[in-house]
Amino acid sequence: MNAAPALPISPVAPEAKAPNALPPFPKLSRLYRLQYEQVQSAWVLLYPEGMVKLNDSSAEILRRCNGERSIDAMVADLEILFNAKGIAPQVRELLQEGMRRGWIV
Amino acid sequence: MSPPLWLLAELTYRCPLHCVFCYNPTQHARLQEEMSTAQWVDVMRQARALGAAQLGFSGGEPLLRDDLEELVQEARQLGFYTNLITSGVGLTEARARRLKDAGLDHVQLSFQDSTRELNDFLSHTKTFELKQKVARLIKQHDWPMVLNCVLHRHNLPHVDKIIEMALALDAEFLELANTQYYGWAWTNRDHLMPTHAQLIEAEAVVQRYRAEFGTRCRILFVVPDYFEERPKACMNGWGAVFLAIAPDGVALPCHNARNLPGLQLPRVQDQLLGDIWARSQAFNAYRGDAWMQAPCRDCDERHKDFGGCRCQAFQITGDATQADPVCGKSPHHDKVVQLVRQAPAGRGQPIIFRTDAASRALHPEN
Repeated sequence: MNAAPALPISPVAPEAKAPNALPPFPKLSRLYRLQYEQVQSAWVLLYPEGMVKLNDSSAEILRRCNGERSIDAMVADLEILFNAKGIAPQVRELLQEGMRRGWIV
Repeated sequence: MSPPLWLLAELTYRCPLHCVFCYNPTQHARLQEEMSTAQWVDVMRQARALGAAQLGFSGGEPLLRDDLEELVQEARQLGFYTNLITSGVGLTEARARRLKDAGLDHVQLSFQDSTRELNDFLSHTKTFELKQKVARLIKQHDWPMVLNCVLHRHNLPHVDKIIEMALALDAEFLELANTQYYGWAWTNRDHLMPTHAQLIEAEAVVQRYRAEFGTRCRILFVVPDYFEERPKACMNGWGAVFLAIAPDGVALPCHNARNLPGLQLPRVQDQLLGDIWARSQAFNAYRGDAWMQAPCRDCDERHKDFGGCRCQAFQITGDATQADPVCGKSPHHDKVVQLVRQAPAGRGQPIIFRTDAASRALHPEN
C-alpha cells in the first residue's frame, strides 16, 4: 500500500465542463450507493473514498432516480410528497448538479 | 462529538512490494502481531454501530489475509461501503470472484508509474504487467476502479502517460497522490522531493486532461503540501471522522499517529471502540482547538485546516502542538523550505527500499 487514503469527505472531483442535457429517465450512477444512515439520521451517497450527506429533499429526488421514471413523473410524485406545487425547477436544478458531480447518468 | 464515519482497517503490515514511499511505520518488522478474523469482525460491528459507513481494507497488502473475503462479506452485511486498497498482488481470478460474491463495492489499485522500468524499480518487484492484468480483472467484475499513483520527482514528468494509462484501463477515478512524507517516504524524502517547476508543469497537464475528458475519469491531484503556504486539513480534524485500526489492534486517529510522543494509544482488545473514540487520551489529544498555540490559536482559518498535520508538526518542529510548518504563518516554515532546498544534496545516501531487513536496521533498539 502506498499513498495515504484520501480524506473521507472530500470535495467530489474536478468540475466537468458545460452542464449536459438531463437524461429523460435519470438514474443513479453505479459508482454511487444511496443508503439511509441511522446514526446521522440522513440519507447519504457513498462512493469510492467519499460520502455525501444529503438533505431530505435531495434524498427524495435521488431515491426516485431509478432509470424508469421520467422527470415529470418524479416531479408529480414529489409535489404530493412535499405537498407543494411548482417544484420542477428545483428538481431539475438538483438533477443538473447531480449530473455535474457524476451522481446521475 | 461527531461519530467516526470512516474506518480504515489495516489488516496487515506485510506486503510483497518494497515501495520507497510507503507511509507505513518504518518499524513494521517489529510489529508482527495481527488480529484474528473474530477480532476484526468485532471491531467492524462496533464501528458500524457508532456510525462508520466507509470501510477501507488496507495494509500492507490486505490480500495477504486469507480471511479477506469473510471480512468483506461481514462488512457488507453490516452496511459498510467496502473498499479494497491493494497493490494487486494476489488478486487472482478466483479471489476476485469470491470478493465480488462477498459484496466488495470498490477497488483501489496502486501503480508506481506508467513505465515498467520505474514501476518495478520503485516497488522493487516485477509487478507492472501483473497490475495491468489486475486492472482488467477489476473492470471485468464491474467494480468502480480507482487507480492510485504516488507522484515524486521520478515520475512527475510522466503524468500525461499515467493519465493515458488510466484512461486506457477505463479507471473511473485516478488519484495522483503527491508524496506525503511519512514512514518510508520520510526516510527517502531527498530522493523523492520534486522541484516546484515539475509540480507546476504536472498540474497544468492535469488541468488539460480534466478539460478534455471531463467526467469520464475524475482526476484527483493530492496537493504537494511542502510547496504550499497553507496546510492540508489533515484527517478533517483529529478525532473528527477518521478511525484507523492497525494490524495489532492499536486504534489510531491517523495512520501515522504511532510515532507521536505522549499518546497513550488504546487497543481494541482492551477497550470498547466507543470509549476509545469518545474518551481515550489519544483521540482527545488534538481534538477541537484547545491544544493549539499561536499562530493557530488566533488564526481565523483554524476551523478550516485544523492546524494541519500533527505528525508533520512533530516530525519537523519536534513539537506536535505547533502549527503544521507547511503553513506560511508557522515560525518554523523555513524548515520546510530548507527540506525542499537541501534535497538534492542529500542524494548521496542510497535510497532505502521497504524491507524487513531495512526496518530492523532502522529500529535496532527494539
